Amino acid sequence: MSAVTALGRLRAAATGYAQPAATVRHRHLSDRPLVFVPYAMAGEAFAPLAALIGDDPDAPHLFVVPQPRDRQRRFAHVAELARILVPYLTEHLSSTETVERRNDEAYERALDAPQVIVPSRGGIEYLHLLGRSTRFRRTEGEYAVHPDVPLMGRWCTYLADRARMPGSSVLLALTDLLTQTWSTGQSDLENGELAALMGWVDPERGRTGAETARDAEGAPPAGPATAPEFDEKLAPLIAAYDTAERAENSRAAARAEERIRDLLGVELMPTWHRVWRGLELMRELPPGASVAGRWETDRMSYSLFAADLDSPDSRPQPRIPGAVAAAQQLSRREQAQSRLDTEQLRDDPLLMAEARLSGQAFRGRVAAVEADRMVTEPGKKQARPRPLLVVRTTDEPLLLRETELECVERPKARAKLIAVADGPDGTREVRIELTGGMGRGKTPEEGSIPEEGELLCWTVAASGFRGGPKWPSPEETPWTHGGPPEPRKELQEGEVRQPDEEELAAAEEPWV
Amino acid sequence: MNAGAMQPGSDAAAEQGQDQDPGKAAGRVTAAVLADLASGRHRGVVVDSPPGAGKSTLVVRAAAEIAGRGDRLMIVAQTNNQVDDLLLRLAEEHPGLVLGRLSAADYRPGEELAATPVQIAGKAADLDGCEIVVSTAAKWALVDDRRWAWAIVDEAYQMRSDALLLVARLFDRALFVGDPGQLDPFATVDAAQWHGLTYDPSQSAVAVLRRHNPDLPVHRLPVSWRLPATAAPLVSEAFYPFTPFRSGTGRRDRALGFEPGRKCDPYDQVVDIAAESGWGMLELPSGFTLPSDDETVRTVAELAARVLARRGTAVSERGENALDAARIAVGVSHREQRSRVEAALVRLNGEIPGARDIVVDTANRLQGREFDVTVFLHPLSGRRDATAFHLETGRLCVLASRHRHACLVVARAGIPELLDAHPSAEPVHLGLPVSFPDGWEANQAVLGTLADNRVQL
Repeated sequence: MSAVTALGRLRAAATGYAQPAATVRHRHLSDRPLVFVPYAMAGEAFAPLAALIGDDPDAPHLFVVPQPRDRQRRFAHVAELARILVPYLTEHLSSTETVERRNDEAYERALDAPQVIVPSRGGIEYLHLLGRSTRFRRTEGEYAVHPDVPLMGRWCTYLADRARMPGSSVLLALTDLLTQTWSTGQSDLENGELAALMGWVDPERGRTGAETARDAEGAPPAGPATAPEFDEKLAPLIAAYDTAERAENSRAAARAEERIRDLLGVELMPTWHRVWRGLELMRELPPGASVAGRWETDRMSYSLFAADLDSPDSRPQPRIPGAVAAAQQLSRREQAQSRLDTEQLRDDPLLMAEARLSGQAFRGRVAAVEADRMVTEPGKKQARPRPLLVVRTTDEPLLLRETELECVERPKARAKLIAVADGPDGTREVRIELTGGMGRGKTPEEGSIPEEGELLCWTVAASGFRGGPKWPSPEETPWTHGGPPEPRKELQEGEVRQPDEEELAAAEEPWV
Repeated sequence: MNAGAMQPGSDAAAEQGQDQDPGKAAGRVTAAVLADLASGRHRGVVVDSPPGAGKSTLVVRAAAEIAGRGDRLMIVAQTNNQVDDLLLRLAEEHPGLVLGRLSAADYRPGEELAATPVQIAGKAADLDGCEIVVSTAAKWALVDDRRWAWAIVDEAYQMRSDALLLVARLFDRALFVGDPGQLDPFATVDAAQWHGLTYDPSQSAVAVLRRHNPDLPVHRLPVSWRLPATAAPLVSEAFYPFTPFRSGTGRRDRALGFEPGRKCDPYDQVVDIAAESGWGMLELPSGFTLPSDDETVRTVAELAARVLARRGTAVSERGENALDAARIAVGVSHREQRSRVEAALVRLNGEIPGARDIVVDTANRLQGREFDVTVFLHPLSGRRDATAFHLETGRLCVLASRHRHACLVVARAGIPELLDAHPSAEPVHLGLPVSFPDGWEANQAVLGTLADNRVQL
């Protein structure tokens, strides 16, 4: 834990009020997100029990499975969810812009993208399992399901996979948004439960955050796991439903189903309201400057996935990625993580304070400028402009000589650290050499050199976001990694692909 | 610490034999490796090398043999420094070989390398005349129109398997060499999703290679020429419990002498203990601190500077040398600690000239390096919990195996209690090879030895 985070938590614990952990919102928030609050049945590895879903805070849809162990009811539930979710997920595809790409064909990018909000991380895992258990289902023959079910499975899988991409915003857990923004006086585990976390972040009038959080203990959990006391109440109702079904008493079954529905509605509604309240709080923060750029990447990913769904060769996401695909996933996520770290740091003075405190950044006024300095670097024939700046700071930069630097206020500028010396009044004077951002000419471009008195913040330069390496195709998987996978079965003209045995087995045990 | 690398009960154990003479034992393994390479029966050969066991010597020798048979050879190293070091040794020991270095456009060779006939080029096509081409894994990944009969992959346990995936199409057969006991490669994002896959991209290149090719011969170098007789048994037992190795030198072959201490304070005492026993621990009072609190940083810097100020002499089978700053290193876990210790040493430079030239670095970057005396800050010092990062066996192994003579440790009191209070709580993943040894156990073993050589501050 960093010093700034530790301080925030200590202050929160001491005062009873949550402390800011960020000064801006680092994720995109849609004007019309879709909130999804799922519940799963206790004692089953994965059996959907109920869900509140919708994009209108005042009009949630409640879907309930009165007997979650009944497979038909389970898939009927998924089809119900699909009727809300799929139209919401696809409606942004109609307005697009054409985007040119350097090494690829131009494509149509949606102007906006959907955003699903779940209360906590369990919701993301739930969508992952839901996707895995539904995308490999036959739509004809034995145990056929409604065509919406595998389609919904592929969308859920897309959302859950995308959520693993650092900085993405198409599927977010509210607890992640809140803990990124505020420090509380409770543990990470406790922060994972929305009711307690919201207690800290949004205390009741006249009570502290700590008190409100304590009051929330025993509140209905945000799910997908249910509270044991709730299970005690639910069990007899499900038993009553089963009895009525067995007796083929449809009126009694309908009555029992209605009671289950009422019970679940009461249990889920507090979370529904909390999620919308949490989103309201998050909206009060201004977005970070780089949020729109990352959302653009989300829009691209969304558009490309939707385009793939439409293609006749499209297949459900594989059960497990192949060797090449897995390596690509890891590499892309690491690139996204490094981009995210750099961008968040620049966007947020509080995060930058962290970097300054650990000596990885410094901020101060330019005390002297030697603008017309020229240097001939080794191996080069011509001298290039290399202006020298002295930045006076109260920070303690702990950077090695030659460290490449970039500047928050002047994003184009690049510099190299020459030396750090003691300055007057306990300050430090950092001598840096400008190496970039001055244009291509023999003399620096007008205005590209900082002036004396400018207040600038310098950080370690990010190692550029290069295009990824050239991966082999799956057919070229080398012997070190098991060789090429078995070739795919070709489809006949007009044949609709059905899942194979392995995929069907995977759908039965989605948690494996 | 690498999963799957150090399983008990391997046929390679037989190779280590019961030779009394360490040179013979090591020679026998080298001969077996070269025979496997020459036999043409295997697509790959793996050589595990404990710290300082002559890995580079083996690489240079195998390279010369492969090139001598007329096969074109590529060598994959992990960093530019490793590439340069290998080329220098190859050029020195085999001046007849035509060597090439594949480099990025902005690479500038150091003076030493520039003085050799090594050809340096940015494109593989420009090095077609070379018998051996050496480059980093990252640079090799950009080559796609060439193929080599053989490759040597150096530091293969520090290479991630996704990096191997990018270069494996360039060669038919390969020799993989590395130290399974050092730090595993890491991912900057959560990689749990891929755990259990045979080709998990976050695992080391060797782990993945061996899971897909379980029949490849695995050899183990049995003798550490770096570690002194005081250190090899402990490092072997704590970090290589199923693949023991021994020191190539006896207790009497090495000696570390210092001028008498003037202050006779705990710093002097612990330096004297370490000179005698090879280990020393300077213990600060217990306390919970941030990773680089002033007291700890100052103590580490002062201890390293004191080693220098005492003007030691190291005697070994290589002869006698003065213990100057270049032969002393400080090892830490975090970059911030490195920066702060460096700054503290610069401040001490006025009092103890040369203090600023003592090497300070993180465990990751000290891998593969060698010094006479090392001072390290214990990864668990001042911590309130023992996370996987701080418990990682590889980190402790790197820090405790860089020295030829003595190793000094700075730590706050209370680490054994911390370990007792925090048994490993990492999630267990199905299908993942068990990693030996357990970080918890290795830590206890090292602390046990240090406790016998402890001075309290």
